[in-house]
Amino acid sequence: MKEEPGVLLQISPIRNGTVIDHITAGEALNVLKILGITGTTDECLSIATNVASEKSGKKDIVKIEERELCAEEVDRIALIAPHATINIIRDYLVCEKMGVEIPQVLLGVVRCPNPGCISNTNEPIKSRFEVTKRGLHCLYCDWYLKDDIPGHII
Amino acid sequence: MRQHIISIKEFEKAEIDALLDRAAAIDEGNYDHKALEDRILGVLFFEPSTRTRMSFEAAMARLGGACIDMGGVEASSVVKGETLADTIRVVSGYADAIVLRHPKEGAAQLASEFASVPVLNAGDGAGQHPSQTLIDLYTIRQAMPLEGIDVGLLGDLRYGRTAHSLAYALTQYDVTIHTLAPEGLEMPPNVVEELRERGVEIVVHDEIKEFTRGLDVMYVTRIQRERFPDSASYYAVASSYRVTPELLAGAREQMIVLHPLPRVDEIDPRVDALPHAKYFQQARNGVPIRMALLLEVMR
Repeated sequence: MKEEPGVLLQISPIRNGTVIDHITAGEALNVLKILGITGTTDECLSIATNVASEKSGKKDIVKIEERELCAEEVDRIALIAPHATINIIRDYLVCEKMGVEIPQVLLGVVRCPNPGCISNTNEPIKSRFEVTKRGLHCLYCDWYLKDDIPGHII
Repeated sequence: MRQHIISIKEFEKAEIDALLDRAAAIDEGNYDHKALEDRILGVLFFEPSTRTRMSFEAAMARLGGACIDMGGVEASSVVKGETLADTIRVVSGYADAIVLRHPKEGAAQLASEFASVPVLNAGDGAGQHPSQTLIDLYTIRQAMPLEGIDVGLLGDLRYGRTAHSLAYALTQYDVTIHTLAPEGLEMPPNVVEELRERGVEIVVHDEIKEFTRGLDVMYVTRIQRERFPDSASYYAVASSYRVTPELLAGAREQMIVLHPLPRVDEIDPRVDALPHAKYFQQARNGVPIRMALLLEVMR
């Protein structure tokens, strides 16, 4: 895996796991929140924030050992870090490299901000949002979620 | 043929016009009185309603069908904690279609995902109430063409689902929408934005005489008392607009006044006797419109 020398000093390579690169600067901790990683979970992590980036000026990087992200987790990351790249590492080699892409419909990813929405009850359904240019559109109650999307991620 | 009736937004203009035409034919007596004989409508009302429930039941009866209901919520399995999804799956086994009124927004959409029979949305929270909107359009069309008119929405435009749904439906026609609402109850910006994106002109007013003067249709909605923290703040807003014969003296001669009912103080009872008042005719139109909808999904 090719690393910028400065970054290499800050974060050492991992043997197996996932490297999330090009995260929007300042969003690394939200990425961890989305992945359910807290101070009490046992993942081995490396986090770099505000690293110099040729593409975007500054970026964050997260490395998670012994964990490969699933598609739904990638969808969630796309909401807050649309330029992130996901590298799956096996035996120190990048085996898969993918960009994140916000899908047209987000299923079970975001909680509807409308307290009167049926998706916020104990019904056996997942929240369902359509991604539109005006924000995330709840396909149950018709509300639009425009602000604080990280705060509404399930 | 449409499987479910969930939101007015899913209707194209041609489909709305066809439903209104069918309701007009029904109104003239041109329908098969046994069209839905041996068919059963499951009537699931999770909150009180008089007009909507009774007009659906009347519509079903006029087409030769029968209705079953679950009684009040307090007498149903809902009090035992049953989910709406389960209720819908169970009633799907008893009825050929389900009409649902529910306090939660999106309930009808959820019901359509679990039902094996057509679902008709009879109002879900502050969300959609498509049959009411078709009644509103039908009543306007009885008085004037739906094209090239000025429609005014007055009252609680923030929470009033009927005003939102009517506005969305009107975007299919060449109309100008005028709005007048008490402070804090204005139409939500995202709704206004969506309506404008759909190409409709919206004129926001703050003075009722000027608002009234330019309208062909005045659609009045109730200020909902339950939205206010105390009686004083409710009455301060509720009494800010009242449609009276004196006010209507400045209106266009052919202008009609609509209201989804029930009304409280927003329309003076003296207006009832004026030719402008069409709200009781509007309520009566619930039957032919709902007959047209039942035929649409059940035949």
